[in-house]
Amino acid sequence: MAAGAGLLAGACGIEGRGTPDDARYWEGKRRNGRLSWANWPGYMQEDRATLKAFEQDTGIRVEYKEVIEENGPWFGRIQAPLAAGQPIGFDLMVMTNGVHLEKARRLGYLAPLDHGRLPNFAANSGLKNPTYDPGNKYTVPFVSGITGIAYNKRHVKGPVTSIEQLFDPRYKGRVGMMADPQELGNLGLLALGVDPEKSTPDDWRRAAARLRAQRDGGIVRKYYTQDYIDAVSKGEVWLTMAWSGDAFTMAGPDVAFVVPEEGGTLWTDNLCIPRTARNPVDALALMDWLYEPRNNALLTEYINYISPVPATKALVAADAAGAAGRERKDLQRLARSPLVFPEPHELERLSYFRRLDQDEEPVFQRTFEPIARGA
Amino acid sequence: MARRSRTPGRAAPYWLVLPAGLWLAAFFLVPLASMASLSLQSGDLVDGFEQTFRWQNYRDGLDVYGPVLGRSLGYGLAATLLCALLAYPAAYWIAFHGGRRRQWYLFLIVSPYFVSFVLRTIAWRQLLTDEGPLLGPLKDAGLLDAGFRVLDTSGAVIAGLAYNFLPFMVLPVYVALARVGRELPEAARDLYASRTQAFLRVVLPLSAPGVFAGVVLTFVPMSADYVNAEVLGGPGDTMIGSVVRAEYFDNSAYPAASALSFTLMAVLLLAVLGYARAFGARRVLGEP
Repeated sequence: MAAGAGLLAGACGIEGRGTPDDARYWEGKRRNGRLSWANWPGYMQEDRATLKAFEQDTGIRVEYKEVIEENGPWFGRIQAPLAAGQPIGFDLMVMTNGVHLEKARRLGYLAPLDHGRLPNFAANSGLKNPTYDPGNKYTVPFVSGITGIAYNKRHVKGPVTSIEQLFDPRYKGRVGMMADPQELGNLGLLALGVDPEKSTPDDWRRAAARLRAQRDGGIVRKYYTQDYIDAVSKGEVWLTMAWSGDAFTMAGPDVAFVVPEEGGTLWTDNLCIPRTARNPVDALALMDWLYEPRNNALLTEYINYISPVPATKALVAADAAGAAGRERKDLQRLARSPLVFPEPHELERLSYFRRLDQDEEPVFQRTFEPIARGA
Repeated sequence: MARRSRTPGRAAPYWLVLPAGLWLAAFFLVPLASMASLSLQSGDLVDGFEQTFRWQNYRDGLDVYGPVLGRSLGYGLAATLLCALLAYPAAYWIAFHGGRRRQWYLFLIVSPYFVSFVLRTIAWRQLLTDEGPLLGPLKDAGLLDAGFRVLDTSGAVIAGLAYNFLPFMVLPVYVALARVGRELPEAARDLYASRTQAFLRVVLPLSAPGVFAGVVLTFVPMSADYVNAEVLGGPGDTMIGSVVRAEYFDNSAYPAASALSFTLMAVLLLAVLGYARAFGARRVLGEP
């Protein structure tokens, strides 16, 4: 219901601004044999094997750039050109479900997807029709991940099991938290035993008070964007909020990752096409190509996040059986990892970000934002 | 004949100031006016902003971020003092004892600044990391406590600021000292002034314009800087520049960001004016 209202408001906004009608977006658009893709660090093999395979299959050349570090600054960067109807230099980008994706959608910055050209998505996606984008009108999932706790085993003796350990004065000055207000807020809510998806503004205030006390008690060393993984690998912080895949792909050998017993947050990074893209047909082709299980398995084996294509699990297991030595062990671990292929009962412990409407969003942001800013 | 030559002569000053005037009008006054208007608007990005003369934007900003503003000024002041303490002796030595290689020493002071500001600051993160090349050996030797750290502290932010803006203090102080020359202090000594007296009563007052310029050139940008606080600082070290940046780019809260910017600008302007008054800008600028 709320989703419907949001869409309706979005549609009105689009008409009011005189942007081209969604239904006619694809008219006259052609394949150009190239595209540029804006993504986050850690989302592609170092040797770009997936992109090379795509180029070989389709003849489309991909310019790939790791230019996104946080949703807020990324949105800030693309907002002005998109509002002016100008290209942003990228035909495909990856944004997390949350306030900025919601804004981009409502403001009519995203191209409506032509599902007629996404047969693989229709056939193979295990994650369709999410609450944040009903009917996948503007986005398809790229990967999902879990926000939990990474810790350095050299410094933290015994297993980390609870969010409470992030608030433990024993680790004063050795705890890393995330600067992103949604991530930070959700963790505060989980620490109070509140399900973020069902939380109220009153819960937000209580969670903020808890997080503030943690900061003012000197427990937090820093609020991080991307660099927490380096800090926990070096032992600058001993425990930190972390994203599941990073802990495997980018962390040092002493770093372990857990989903605390209070639960973790599940989020999805989504592929979407800016409305002003020069090569939207090519971008659509890449989206669909990634939903072919074989292609997706290749990428999943490197990036260690939850694939939206369930069929990859069997393929990764088969690859493990066919491999040898270290690679075999890695792939076996991957195929069994609950963080990459979670079982339904494990997914139940996770909650999505709460979808905020236009009035709630500033309240939520104002509640949690000042914490990481030392105010 | 005479008329022809006089007219361009009289107009010349205006022609000379025209390019700079146009430049300032286009890239300073116009944006400033639009920011002033923006700072009083209300609304959001989705529904659009409209002018409602909402002065509350200023109150809101100060209510939440007043302490951050105060901290920025405090850090700016501390770093300015540190800069002056480091820069004055260096500039003095170069001016009076640098000999024929003065230019070379000045170049040495400026040379690190050919590398980008952000890169240099990130390099400090690598150097100063807890178990890094600097602190690691000292800790292993038992000279420092194992829990000691430099990164993510207010000290690191202030030191980073002072480091990054040092040449803006050294250069004006050097220019002022070089103009004093060796003869005046020598004359003071001839008139039975002690070394200390010659410095305090001749050299120091004559170098005041350089110090004044250096303080303004460092204090203002340091108080508004956010890179040092973001890279080197901890959770209680955020500076107001960070907040403005985030309000503008992350939240598209343009009125809030503009109101905060104007507040910062006003506070800095008042601080500099007060400083100029206390210091005696007329004397410093060499006016009668």
